[in-house]
Amino acid sequence: MAELPETPRTPARTGFAHALYTGAISYSFVGRRKVWYILSAVMILISVGGLLVRGLNLGIDFRGGVAFNAPVAVNSSTIDTVRQAVVSSGPGDLDGTEVVTVGTGHVRVQTRPLSPSETTTVRQAIARVTGAQADAVTYTNVGSQWGRQITQKGLQALAVFLALVMILIWVYFRDWRMSVSAIVAMLHDIVITVGVYALVGFTVTPSTLIGVLTILGYSLYDTVVVFDKVRENTAGLAGTDVTYSEGANRAVNQVLVRSINTTIIGVLPVAALLFGGAFLLGSGPLEDLGLALFVGMIIGAYSSIFIATPLLAQMREREPEVRKHTEAVLRRRERAAEEGLRVSAETVATGSTELTDLPATIRSQPVRNSRSARQK
Amino acid sequence: MASTQHKPHPGRTLIIFLVVIAAMYGLMAFTHSWSPRLGLDLKGGTTITLTAQTTDGKAPSAANLEQARNIIQQRVNSMGVGESSVKTSGDRNIVVSAPNVNSDRLLQMVGQTAQLGFRFVYAEAAVQAAAGPYTPTGLPSAPATPTPTPSASASAGAASASPGASASAGAASASPSATPTSYSDKDAKAQAAQVKAAQQWQPSTADQQAFTDYKCGQSVKAQDQNALVTCNREGTMKFLLSPVALPGTLVTKATSGIPQGNVAYVVNLTFNSIGATSFGTATTFLCSQQSPQNQFAVVLDGKVISNPQLDGTKGSSCPITTGQAEISGNFTQSSAEELANILKYGALPLSFTASSVDTVSPTLGGEQLRVGLIAGLIGLVLVAGYCILYYRGLGLVVISSLVIAGAFSYAAMVLLGEAMGFTLSLAGIAGAIVAIGITADSFIIYFERIRDEIREGRTLRTSLQTGWRKARGTIAMADGVQLLSAVILFILSVDQVRGFAFTLGLTTVIDLLICFFFTHPIVLLLGGTRFWGTGRTGSGLEPQHMGVTEAQLLGRRAHHVREEA
Repeated sequence: MAELPETPRTPARTGFAHALYTGAISYSFVGRRKVWYILSAVMILISVGGLLVRGLNLGIDFRGGVAFNAPVAVNSSTIDTVRQAVVSSGPGDLDGTEVVTVGTGHVRVQTRPLSPSETTTVRQAIARVTGAQADAVTYTNVGSQWGRQITQKGLQALAVFLALVMILIWVYFRDWRMSVSAIVAMLHDIVITVGVYALVGFTVTPSTLIGVLTILGYSLYDTVVVFDKVRENTAGLAGTDVTYSEGANRAVNQVLVRSINTTIIGVLPVAALLFGGAFLLGSGPLEDLGLALFVGMIIGAYSSIFIATPLLAQMREREPEVRKHTEAVLRRRERAAEEGLRVSAETVATGSTELTDLPATIRSQPVRNSRSARQK
Repeated sequence: MASTQHKPHPGRTLIIFLVVIAAMYGLMAFTHSWSPRLGLDLKGGTTITLTAQTTDGKAPSAANLEQARNIIQQRVNSMGVGESSVKTSGDRNIVVSAPNVNSDRLLQMVGQTAQLGFRFVYAEAAVQAAAGPYTPTGLPSAPATPTPTPSASASAGAASASPGASASAGAASASPSATPTSYSDKDAKAQAAQVKAAQQWQPSTADQQAFTDYKCGQSVKAQDQNALVTCNREGTMKFLLSPVALPGTLVTKATSGIPQGNVAYVVNLTFNSIGATSFGTATTFLCSQQSPQNQFAVVLDGKVISNPQLDGTKGSSCPITTGQAEISGNFTQSSAEELANILKYGALPLSFTASSVDTVSPTLGGEQLRVGLIAGLIGLVLVAGYCILYYRGLGLVVISSLVIAGAFSYAAMVLLGEAMGFTLSLAGIAGAIVAIGITADSFIIYFERIRDEIREGRTLRTSLQTGWRKARGTIAMADGVQLLSAVILFILSVDQVRGFAFTLGLTTVIDLLICFFFTHPIVLLLGGTRFWGTGRTGSGLEPQHMGVTEAQLLGRRAHHVREEA
């Protein structure tokens, strides 16, 4: 392979992806970490604030209650007539009943928790007023304790998942810092997703919960792919002129296109779900699930690039070994800049102590660098 | 070439994989099942989730939950609905689902804890245990010797020809009034009338005939106000019984244990105030009767659980007017506990509340199915379109892989439906749609790796191999994380979440298989063609897109060609 003809390495037409890969275009993801941290901190603060001030709009699955759904030709007076019929149907304390129309063919009625016989009464009342068969009026009756059970299960699943994933990532990468960074990024995603729900006021249903739990997997999936490249770029760092942060930053740039592609391809089917759920079906599990995934996936992609990797680099740079290496690299560069011997202008640009982009000369083949070093 | 590993020819791997898929479809043809089983949210039906209520808030024992599940299953079956399922879920839930059924009636049937009644025995007869294809259902977790068996007492001698259980007044030591529920006068009168009616009841000739003809195992229609011909649970005795004299709801407390100074287990039961009066009337009547009519039968869901006789010879214990009775007989510890539980909760060893009831009409179900499929189709088209746009020729690999993955998943769902009752729910469809992205992503990892390798200066043919070697670890790890989340969701979740987790996990596994046994071989094969192998325009492997020359892309091969030329 050393026999490769030394042709110009940059043909006329190069894509954006190629430029990112070689470093011709390089974004400082790791170097500007403070910016991303502040951005995320602000988002988290807003999320937590929204959660505290507005709270989550919990569906009947968490509050308890009955949701009826009846087919009806919707017109301007539908809501009032149906509501009137339900409130006066017999069972007391139905003033809090909510009636909404779904599309043009359905009406949805939500009441307080009802006993089986009350449910039958209300169901019949709705069937009478909408002119539908009693069997066509479908309903979901949820006891008030049910939500607690679901929530408990969800939290349990979250805890077990976190523990196992930390172990799995640690076993795969042999680096606990990677586990910690990945988990921090994932928690970041969950908090912001939940915050979006609180702020926008989307209804939280068990399907939302499924969506949020799925985001966990997706967020980690993204992070694992980025870390895989980081590991590759920073393996055998000692013999090179690259600092850990630079290697990690280059990895992020190299997988950027893949990350964008992954996110687009992941979000496309979810968008289809959302579309089907929201426009064709009105409401229900598809819409709830699609919404949670839609929000979560985009945030997940953001966090694997802007949060997980900078955090990892920061933690690694604190290690004595890595720090020594970084100092040595920076010293060498400073010296080289001062002496100005056989150094191209590009290298001088990065001679500052700020850890930024990779010098162009180092970018090309690390393999060859090490081999020539060995020959000497 | 660069790979020193012993690899089977890519074509062979591909053929074997396709044969496996063909075999799955062959199996489908063989079992005549072409579509997956649909969940109730897609075909209409009622799903009821019952949650066990315990006084301390802890989960009930698994044995009790399973016992309750069996009884509920029997009740649902008795409604004659096909394809119903009763499953335990988690440590305290029972999920009942039945298609096309009157949901109100179903709820009434399964949620009811007490379908227990006390009836007077009019006639009894031993039957051949082997008579009929009777399989003892109901309370299968019952211990080896359930409640007193007739055979045991028969061998005990002439003193008592009837089953070896006897009722006597409970020891006064037990707390005399266990918070009797306040019943109105009307209830008390109605209850007194009910006992009286049962006392005065005489079998018609039709009843007598039914008794003669009855074989254990035949279904019975137990109605409180009518006579009942039925067997005991073991199918060893059949009975002609009066209408219900006392409903099981009158029992406020039932315990089992060994009374002081005794050696055998007994079951103590306490009635509420109305029950105590009625039980007094009933036992007064029974004490005046001759065997076998001095027995009452504890009937549960149409089967005789216990038929203790009032032992007139013990004098003081007949009649029982204190509202506390003691049933003694050949009890073991567990059979005594079981009877006490039955008396306490009626049919179920636990009390349940319906935590959630979900009905879906067949039309709504059909609509959900349609929308789910449309959303899936849109998702597929969008992903395929994007892949073609970005990866050009390699996009075809993505599309063919997605098609194969779809065919594989479909067959897996159908076969799993046949083999282990897997049902496809709306959440399941959602899981499969989400998985489209995950599946396509594995290919992206692979393709991007190949491109990376080429950018590093490797030839196309080497890159196809080295790129794969680097990508497969990432793919396996990423899928592993996804699978882990699916498995945890499946284990630690309730009903509908499980459908989602299952399809997500299933499709993730299928994604791994497709990647290793379809996409990789097919990319290798395509790498050998002129179009892809030389990076023609539109193949997705154009050298200029990756910043290398054609000579670099083709490596030594091109080199040689040039030298030879």
